[in-house]
Amino acid sequence: MSVILKKPLSLTDKKFHYCPGCTHGVIHRLIAEIIDEYDIREQTIGIAPVGCSVFLDWYFNFDIIQAAHGRAPAVATGVKRVLTENVVFTYQGDGDLASIGIAELIHAAARGENITIVFINNACYGMTGGQMAPTTLEKQITTTTPYGRDHKTSGSPFFVPELLTNMHGVGFLSRRAINNPKNIVRTKKSLKTAFKVQMEGLGFSLVEILSICPVNWGMDPQKSMQWLEDNIIPHYPLGDIKMPDFDV
Amino acid sequence: MSKKLLKGNEAIGEAAIKANCRYYFGYPITPQNEIPEFFAKEFPRVGGVFIQAESEIAAINMVYGAAAAGARVMTSSSSPGISLKMEGISYIAAAELPCVIANIMRGGPGLGGIQPAQSDYFQATKGGGHGDYRMIVFSPASVQELYNLTKKAFYLADYYRIPVMILGDGFLGQMMESVEMDGQNDTCEPIPKPWAITGCRGREKQYINTLYLVPEELAELNDRLQEKYRQIKNSEQAYEEYYMEDADFVLVSFGIAARICKEAVDLARDKGIRAGLIRPITLWPFPEKAFADLTRAKNILNVEMNAGQMVEDVKLAVSCKIPVHFYGCTGGLLPSSKEIVNRIEMLGGTPK
Ligand SMILES: Cc1ncc(C[n+]2csc(CCOP(=O)(O)OP(=O)(O)O)c2C)c(N)n1
Ligand code: SF4
Repeated sequence: MSVILKKPLSLTDKKFHYCPGCTHGVIHRLIAEIIDEYDIREQTIGIAPVGCSVFLDWYFNFDIIQAAHGRAPAVATGVKRVLTENVVFTYQGDGDLASIGIAELIHAAARGENITIVFINNACYGMTGGQMAPTTLEKQITTTTPYGRDHKTSGSPFFVPELLTNMHGVGFLSRRAINNPKNIVRTKKSLKTAFKVQMEGLGFSLVEILSICPVNWGMDPQKSMQWLEDNIIPHYPLGDIKMPDFDV
Repeated sequence: MSKKLLKGNEAIGEAAIKANCRYYFGYPITPQNEIPEFFAKEFPRVGGVFIQAESEIAAINMVYGAAAAGARVMTSSSSPGISLKMEGISYIAAAELPCVIANIMRGGPGLGGIQPAQSDYFQATKGGGHGDYRMIVFSPASVQELYNLTKKAFYLADYYRIPVMILGDGFLGQMMESVEMDGQNDTCEPIPKPWAITGCRGREKQYINTLYLVPEELAELNDRLQEKYRQIKNSEQAYEEYYMEDADFVLVSFGIAARICKEAVDLARDKGIRAGLIRPITLWPFPEKAFADLTRAKNILNVEMNAGQMVEDVKLAVSCKIPVHFYGCTGGLLPSSKEIVNRIEMLGGTPK
């Protein structure tokens, strides 16, 4: 009998603590598969954010550093400048990355830090109970936009990878979604490219992944996926935004 | 023997290189700009990494990352910038990471001024950021001492896995003095860091964390930190005594203000007053040992370039058994030795 599908070595045996239907777990698995496939588990260092995925260490079977809220790209910079041969990635939510940590993100990109950023856009703050994130859609109801987000008072959602396209040191930018098997495969391919860009020394790479937060959206997982497809994906165009000149 | 004429800020850089620090992350602010400029110039020659960060917040988090990866690393700033670093310093203390932070103080609060001051004593010695943590805080009073203590800071940071702050002021950073650069290599040797995050090749995976959702686990971290702080209190108190053998009027002062106090002690002695000086070199741990048996002292005058932030530590050190007075100036103004002697006389320091 041959094993054709098994848990990646880069994942631990711990059960995910995430809410039912949460997509953090799927994305963790994709990252673990890629790290196994590239055989870089022993040289990979993950930087955990503050947010629902703060306990990356519970799930990833390699070295992890937990950073202050939003500061993961600065922490990753410090690590990577010391350990230039290691693979360093951050895993950050949209509050962590696009709100409190936007300066650290943009300047890590501007410096062309040779690191990878995995950016989870679930259009809200998950951990603190579903408040507005910078990526929350207009009219979307959250606990801090109870009448729907109004750009006149709360601003409008912005496009993170697009902000970084003109920077010399940026090697790869992509936006993907996690709503169906086809898009999951594409997400994995983009993540794989992002890690490859780092391993080839081609600079900063970022993959934004459109995700769901059923509990805070107040929907069951299935309805959440539908809402992602009907509202979030139409707003945030999917695809590779800046490409290296190789294929993985 | 190799002597070099150095600005205080440059002496910090020279000492860091001597102590095998090869990573510096910082953001410009007066009066410490010579420090980042020194590293920008000198690090490429020795294979070091200098980054002008986008903010003090980013800089201290780069320090956090580099320290977690096992490097000797430092940052520097001046008062308003140090306030921004406080979040990161609290995380560094919680994660028990070693690093050196230089604060070349200027007057506050707010944007304050660019003139020298000592008004970050509370912030440096009482924690500064959130949570029950401490840093070792050195207060040098000459460029030579700045050089020596910076080297020592890297060693103690590694030894105790603790952030160490060099608390200088704008005068010390800017003034030039001749510095003996050899002779203290003993404090430079590397300390193994098996806890560092380097990738899990050949070992179990490791984790650097500051979040503990189980109260007992967070209490355990705090107990461990408090035990470490107790050890440091026992072993690392440092101070200088000046004419203390027979002093009945004791000045207490740190850093540049203490130099002025030495002059004041000399002037007072010329008048026949038995004045002396205790100069804390470590502000945390506060050198309580220096105050353990001040049997002769009738009065203590605390002299600082702030509104009296060290007074309470001095009062505690003498259990309020000796009156503790205060003379200080703020805003970047300097206390004068003459005025200090006036105060001594006013307070009853009389010739014997
Ligand atoms: C300095 C600071 N401010 C606020 C918080 C509280 N906080 C924790 S997680 C979080 C937002 C997390 O949202 P996101 O980054 O979108 O991640 P998610 O939980 O949705 O995965 C906030 C505001 C904090 N921990 N630190
Ligand atoms: S709150 Fe949202 S993001 Fe957090 S675990 Fe639950 S579903 Fe996932």
